[in-house]
Amino acid sequence: MLLNQFLMLGAVLFCIGVYGVIVRKNAVLVLMSIELILNSVNINLLAFSLRNGTPDGHTFALYVIAVAAAEVGVGLAMVLLMYRNRRSVGLDDLSEMKG
Amino acid sequence: MFSASTEAAEVILKSGWFLENAFIIPIIPAVAFFLIIFFGKKMPMKGSEFGIVSMFAALVMSIGAAYQWIQRVNGVSEETYVKPIIRSWTWWQNDGVSLGIGQHIDGLSITILVVVAFISSLVQIYSTEYLHGDRRYTHFFASLTLFSAGMLNMVVAENMIQLILGWELMGLCSFMLIGHWWEEGANSRAALKAFFTTRTGDIGLLVGTSVLFFAANDWTQKTLGVSGFSIRGLSAWALSGDPSSAAITVGAVALFIACIGKSGQFPLHTWLPDAMAGPTPVSSLLHSSTMVVAGVFLVARVYPVFYEGMNIYGNSVNFIVLIGGVTIVIAAALAFVQNDIKKVLAYSTVSQLGYMMMGLGAGAWLPAVFHIFTHAFFKACLFLGAGSISHSASHHSFDMKKDMGGLRKFMPITFSTWIISTLALCGVFPFSGFFSKDEIIDNVGYAGYNFFMIVGLFGAFLTAAYMTRATYLTFFGEPRGAAAGEHHDDEHDAHASHDDHGHDAHGHDAHAHDSHAAHDSHDDHGSHGPRESGLIITVPLILLATLALGSGFLNAPAFGEKWENLKKWVEPRAEVVSVTGIAKPAGAHGETRLAAGSEEPVDDGHSEAADSGSHSKAEAGKDGGHHYSDCGSKTPVGGVCYAPQLKHAPFKWWKAGMSVGIVFLGMILSWLLCVQLYTRKNKKLVGLTERNKALGAGYSFLANKYYLDTLYEKIIVRSIAHPISRGAYWFNQNVLDGIVNGAGTSTRKTAGWVYRNVDQKLVDGAVNGAGTSAENAGGALQPVQSGKVNQYGALLFGAAAIGALVLVIINF
Repeated sequence: MLLNQFLMLGAVLFCIGVYGVIVRKNAVLVLMSIELILNSVNINLLAFSLRNGTPDGHTFALYVIAVAAAEVGVGLAMVLLMYRNRRSVGLDDLSEMKG
Repeated sequence: MFSASTEAAEVILKSGWFLENAFIIPIIPAVAFFLIIFFGKKMPMKGSEFGIVSMFAALVMSIGAAYQWIQRVNGVSEETYVKPIIRSWTWWQNDGVSLGIGQHIDGLSITILVVVAFISSLVQIYSTEYLHGDRRYTHFFASLTLFSAGMLNMVVAENMIQLILGWELMGLCSFMLIGHWWEEGANSRAALKAFFTTRTGDIGLLVGTSVLFFAANDWTQKTLGVSGFSIRGLSAWALSGDPSSAAITVGAVALFIACIGKSGQFPLHTWLPDAMAGPTPVSSLLHSSTMVVAGVFLVARVYPVFYEGMNIYGNSVNFIVLIGGVTIVIAAALAFVQNDIKKVLAYSTVSQLGYMMMGLGAGAWLPAVFHIFTHAFFKACLFLGAGSISHSASHHSFDMKKDMGGLRKFMPITFSTWIISTLALCGVFPFSGFFSKDEIIDNVGYAGYNFFMIVGLFGAFLTAAYMTRATYLTFFGEPRGAAAGEHHDDEHDAHASHDDHGHDAHGHDAHAHDSHAAHDSHDDHGSHGPRESGLIITVPLILLATLALGSGFLNAPAFGEKWENLKKWVEPRAEVVSVTGIAKPAGAHGETRLAAGSEEPVDDGHSEAADSGSHSKAEAGKDGGHHYSDCGSKTPVGGVCYAPQLKHAPFKWWKAGMSVGIVFLGMILSWLLCVQLYTRKNKKLVGLTERNKALGAGYSFLANKYYLDTLYEKIIVRSIAHPISRGAYWFNQNVLDGIVNGAGTSTRKTAGWVYRNVDQKLVDGAVNGAGTSAENAGGALQPVQSGKVNQYGALLFGAAAIGALVLVIINF
């Protein structure tokens, strides 16, 4: 069944994304991994939307894409800021929030 | 015999594991490719062991499949259509169109499988010595193995898309292997040229496949339940009378353009001689025996499409015969003005491919396929022989005039294998080339193309002459240059003087990277003079020469019907098969047989006993128009054909004698000329091209390869590509750069604004606030708040996972 293949693809993308968020030390790469996660969610939404024959999932996916775009804008701005302040985008350098 | 098979309505075809699982054959080298890429450098033999083992495994499976196929064919009568073993799995599907990947195993694919696996194995073994110490040794074997995977995949392909996949993989590997020593500018230019020239033809493959798909899909889905990409479906469709003549002609012409590019036919043959810039094993495997026959294979594979589309056996000269005939003569003439031994062989390959195409165009399907088979052995042997010479005798030079001569005393094994293969290539009687090439020429004449039969004979004359010249320059006369033992240091000057010989890079590379052991072994032989190559090089040569000598006897009509084994095993039979009969062999099968039988000559049953059954059949064909079986444009309703009825010229000793005589004439004339020119330095002949204007013009016309390269590069490419590249440059400078700069500036401004307003005031405030409150919340959570973003992420996803688990358990 085709749905399974979509879901498998989504799961694989999600796992790659989570792996990236947890392991990567570079802020840009973490942002990219978050994109992967969001898109895996999109694939799931589309898959179920196709299966149910309703446009809901498609609409939702569009929202997710819009939000993701905004998120990337903000995220990249933060990275830029980080770079300006510290001359590096390594997350290891950002331990200010340590309690 | 015919009525007997009608009574036994159910035809039981034997099968076997190797036949049913032939799709594994291309998978083996594909797996080996990844093993070489990932683990090759760590292995003791630097990855070559994976390649060699995989090729041997493929060879064993191919031979097993060949054995079982012969069992299958021998199990039924000579008139019965032997169903190919077709298996298919869904690769992808979209909106009702599903595309399979699988296998289509019949005599043709098994023949080519055995050839490819066998030559790949030998060439890989040979390469372990020839490329010993090369800096990209592992990658060389990876490309070689991937090539074999691509070629085998194309050969077993069940449908056109799978075939294209293999076809393009081969193109890619050809590019990588020609440019193996890409440090030399000429090599990477040759690689690009080969890639782009074949790509030009490949457009035809895509167009042709699409045209045929849209024309055939309805019919094949309705009748056979397969898609219009399927090779079985296309073959049956082409002969069904359903296709419109426009669609099938356009499809066939487009596919043939791809074959022109891939198989080096005129006018796209120019890439093949340049492709000799690659290492010699590559020339031997890809550019003589296997990859370049892909185009011939494609024509043979979907032969019914060409049969109907090009109107083979029709009254007019068709496109395929024309291109094949032109290629034979044009390439053979060019071989005379080459001083590079590999380029002589390259033009010879082009010329021989012309024979195959001409044969296919004239309906000589089997001789053409047989010529693929025999040509692979003797041409691979010749190339490996040239490699052996350059490896051991001429210090990596391929220049016959400068660095060779008199080598027969130093390299007895290379010399004798070379002579055997040369005789096979020329088509001298007991050697394999005689049985295949002569059959092509004979059948072309038999199909009514008298002019092209003469072209073929003239080509045989030229072949004999230029091969004699190459043999003379290489093995006879006095040793010259490197072959005379001139010292290494001279070599560098020679390199500088002709840098179009890309192989010289090898000389530098191999020696620079060789350990001292290689030099020591040089010293063991006492001098830097020529010597025989080692066993790793000579054993493949001997094996190939044995086949060059003996493989012709697989199909030797000269000795009567019994010797026509390949015809029996490989040629598809033109029997009308009922459509229901495909699903279940019993039932309506017998009825259609009967319908087909009504037009058969009654005495056909005796054809086994009569000493030349093919003869009587062919005559019957002549009387009743060119479709004397029902296969063709008027296949009866309810039945399909997978192969057109082919004619076979009866073997006549006087014809064979005539062509062998022509070959000997060419050899003797060329020999006398060579002795006068190169040894005696006859004053009247040497420098004749400088003195005689007409001859000089002819020579420079040949030396400039008919100015085709100039036409392509200076005129076509320049007039098309240069405006485009100028336009692209302008667009890049003005539009794209503007966008990029604008985006950069606005991002910077936005970021600045965000920094000043959002970050400084809002986020920092929030972060500080959060930090403070977290601190206030107590020390219990303090270790969690490590400040590491990644750790926060991990916690988040961990919590989400637990939440998901809980949700599943609750809902379960």
